Amino acid sequence: MSLLDIHDLHVTYQVASGSVPAVRGVDLSLKPGETIGIAGESGCGKSTLAGAVLRLLPSPTTITGKILLNGQDVLTMKWGQLRTVRWSSASIVFQGAMHALNPMHRVGAQISEPIVLHEKIGEKAADKRVMELLDQVGLPSWRANNYPHELSGGQRQRVMIAMALACNPDLIIADEATTALDVMVQAQVLDLIGQLVRERDVGLVMISHDLSVLADTCDRVAVMYAGKVVEQGPAHEVFAAARHPYSDALASAFPVIGDEQARHRPRGLAGDPPDPADLPTGCSFHPRCPVARDSCSSTEPELQALPGEPSRNSSCLVAQDGLPIRPPVELKETLP
Amino acid sequence: MAAEATTPLPAGSAQGPAGKLDNAARTGVGTGLGKYLLNRVSGAVVSLLAVLFSAFFIFRVLPGDPIDNLMRDMQSATPELEQALRAEWGLDEPLWVQFWSYLTGTLTGDLGVSIQYQVPVMQLFTDRLGPTVLLGGTALVLSVLIGFSLGAKSAWLSGSKFDKRNVNIALIFFSAPTFWVAMIAIIIFSRELRLFPTGRMVSAHTPDRFWPQFLDIAHHMVLPAITLTLMIYAGYLLTMRASMLDEMGNDYITTARAKGLRDVVVRRRHAMRNALLPTTTLVFMAIGNVINGALVTEMIYTWPGLGYTFFQAIAVPDYPVLQGLFVIFASATVLANLAADVLYWFIDPRARKA
Amino acid sequence: MSTQSTPRPQSRPPSARALRMRRWRQSAADLWREFRAQRAGMVGLIGLSIFVAIAVITPLVAPSDALSVTQATGGRMAPPDGEYWLGTDEFGRSVALLTLYGTRVTLIIGIAAALVAMVIGTLVGIVAGHFEGRVSWILMRITEWFMNLPTLVLAIVLVVVLGRSIAVLVIAIGITSWAGTARVIRAQTRGIEGRPYLERARALGAGHWSQMGRHVLPNVTPLVLASTIMAIAGAILTESTLAFLGLYDPNNLSWGMLLNRAWSNGAMSAGAWWYVLPPGLMILVVVLCFTLCGRALEVALNPRLRR
Repeated sequence: MSLLDIHDLHVTYQVASGSVPAVRGVDLSLKPGETIGIAGESGCGKSTLAGAVLRLLPSPTTITGKILLNGQDVLTMKWGQLRTVRWSSASIVFQGAMHALNPMHRVGAQISEPIVLHEKIGEKAADKRVMELLDQVGLPSWRANNYPHELSGGQRQRVMIAMALACNPDLIIADEATTALDVMVQAQVLDLIGQLVRERDVGLVMISHDLSVLADTCDRVAVMYAGKVVEQGPAHEVFAAARHPYSDALASAFPVIGDEQARHRPRGLAGDPPDPADLPTGCSFHPRCPVARDSCSSTEPELQALPGEPSRNSSCLVAQDGLPIRPPVELKETLP
Repeated sequence: MAAEATTPLPAGSAQGPAGKLDNAARTGVGTGLGKYLLNRVSGAVVSLLAVLFSAFFIFRVLPGDPIDNLMRDMQSATPELEQALRAEWGLDEPLWVQFWSYLTGTLTGDLGVSIQYQVPVMQLFTDRLGPTVLLGGTALVLSVLIGFSLGAKSAWLSGSKFDKRNVNIALIFFSAPTFWVAMIAIIIFSRELRLFPTGRMVSAHTPDRFWPQFLDIAHHMVLPAITLTLMIYAGYLLTMRASMLDEMGNDYITTARAKGLRDVVVRRRHAMRNALLPTTTLVFMAIGNVINGALVTEMIYTWPGLGYTFFQAIAVPDYPVLQGLFVIFASATVLANLAADVLYWFIDPRARKA
Repeated sequence: MSTQSTPRPQSRPPSARALRMRRWRQSAADLWREFRAQRAGMVGLIGLSIFVAIAVITPLVAPSDALSVTQATGGRMAPPDGEYWLGTDEFGRSVALLTLYGTRVTLIIGIAAALVAMVIGTLVGIVAGHFEGRVSWILMRITEWFMNLPTLVLAIVLVVVLGRSIAVLVIAIGITSWAGTARVIRAQTRGIEGRPYLERARALGAGHWSQMGRHVLPNVTPLVLASTIMAIAGAILTESTLAFLGLYDPNNLSWGMLLNRAWSNGAMSAGAWWYVLPPGLMILVVVLCFTLCGRALEVALNPRLRR
């Protein structure tokens, strides 16, 4: 049975100046124990997607589609049932930076808060669970008495992870969980997340703008741009050989050591991410695309499996025709 | 993998890794309290001295020869009075001698003698302190309760009709002069509707036993208390609302919601508790506002408190009373600020960070 | 015939001064646009224009004997009727005309006092924020002391000691209200001073006054503007209260003074609501207008406050 099933999700924010579409038709599914990464720049809709799963988006927002969590549609659930589902079926690991933790409550209390709420056990028993959780994330138990400002960034992130595990959820969403951390600490936290996910057999949705992080930690990766998924497939494959010019640009933003060819590839992308309230016609990526054709500005592409590669989906018209998504590179000098 | 713990430690152990007492473990209130208190109290002492200094400056130095000024403004000036005052204030002596006697006098409770009542200012103060505390205290408690709860709810329901209505009403009361509201209230409720007395604290004919006195005072206090509350609640409402809106923009509110807590719980346990922090200290620091408001309210309703005394001293002008009350009001504000600082230590864990 | 292209004259790049003016004009236009988007602020602004119009026009249009005590023709504290729309005062003068006349003095004292407070507050704030160490510490202690005092008490005391004239009133009110601004300006100065271009200016040899005047001051000016407007509101309230307590300049009629007259002549026990309502209502509306403008300006300046 599928753990998470998102069908044709559309999320539109209502702001003073009109409506802003943040997610424009996303389909996603996840089985228990699977990990999927969602990559993209800021504003592509990935955090909105995460917020939608637990209906955490601000009120003047229109959401259509279905989000099935363990078979039940989150979007049509009654309020009371939604509150039961929150944290106990699915939890979120936010970026542990300053304000995701309440600065005036001790971290132990913040971890035990959902336990007391959902499992209706006493404070003493909850405290014991807190100690176990802290132990699992590699923090000494006396840290439960600390306030968030007394912990380092990496320690706060571990607290967020412990908190997310508190009610033994089936699904964990990690929203930019390692973005603010140093590289070394990031590696430790990623290891921790991977280990816990394997041990507990939970589903993991990992959101990041850093494709390389997702490539290591996740089975599959979905790349989002302007509210849509533009490519999906096994993580390593998408990272090493993208089938959409945007994913290619994301992946090549990180230099690969030892690859002579990589040095001569054009890197980075011209232009800025599009304004969601004013999207380009046709394929929303075409103004920045190095291989865009005329049909790209008029046809709205669909996410399709690529010919000959059933596990890879891409919404690039060029890739769907079987052509390379990278412009040919002229080597100015021959390499030895 | 785990960089911090090397060996499993017993739960609740206060010892950090490597067996050393980690400073971070000592998050209790006692840490550093002494140093903080010393810092704040010494600051308050300096401020109090500044108050004494400036009172002397304003009343003895600024007017040139204060007695001349006084005689010119007073309606009932006589040469004998002038003589007596000159002798009492020792104005022939050099300035620093005057200051010294003033300083020692004030610190021992001798604030001079009132010109109009011919009693020590200190005695006037102790007589009239009670009614002011009663009126001011009641109004303060009421306006804090009303202002904070309405402000928090308005922020939570930001943009709604409830919010807009509350803010607009608060702005109107914020902009209205206290004394004018009091006058209108008296005309409507006292004169026309004859519901409440027009002034004073007790009626002359009330029997001198506890319950009748209590009820009589309460009856007299209704209009002044309501007026004063209306004047100061607006500031609290607007501040709490702003503070709350600030807190609501933070991510931990989303985290709290994601945990499945009820809306009311998120609002009270997370948003409001954090928003209370800057606003609580504000309650103390707004003592100045309360004094301002009490002054005018007491005057209009002839409520026999310190404000009324101050107002009566203006007309004469009764310099010793003015000076003494000035010192008292200013000192009260300094002490209130000190209380706010000390309270801050206890309620904000971030303030205790080394 | 081939057309010869004449070499285009090299256009000079705009001078530093022209650039600054252009930038200033642009940010002023942006600010105005943000301000205009808020209804409350616009309502306040329109209200203020009306009041200023009243203040300016009344002495020109109203009958000159409206203020005269000897030429008053109405009954003593008579209720409103066909001739006197808002009734009369204790001398028989028209309350309506008196109220209109009072606009000028009230506004003048309020604005002047607020300006005094702003000048002191800005000066102290910038200097305290710019200089470290002893200077800053002393200035902040002084600022704290002024913040501690109940404003009314200090103002009353100063007027009693120094006399009842417009100049004293303006100074007394100004002195009691500069402290809040100073603190805010100091924090802002600190923030600005941390920015890199100040370091560069210093490295290039800019002296203290130059730094403060040419770099810090233009940046705090919007904040000062918003503060000033709120300060005017407060100053008008303080002036009214002082006047009501009897501390007014007898030669200048303000709304507070009218209310004091009403009070001392027993308007309340006589039920003369027409004497009490109009001046107070004017105070309320004017202060409300300034407050709305000030708040709208604060929101326009601080994007975070926009909801």
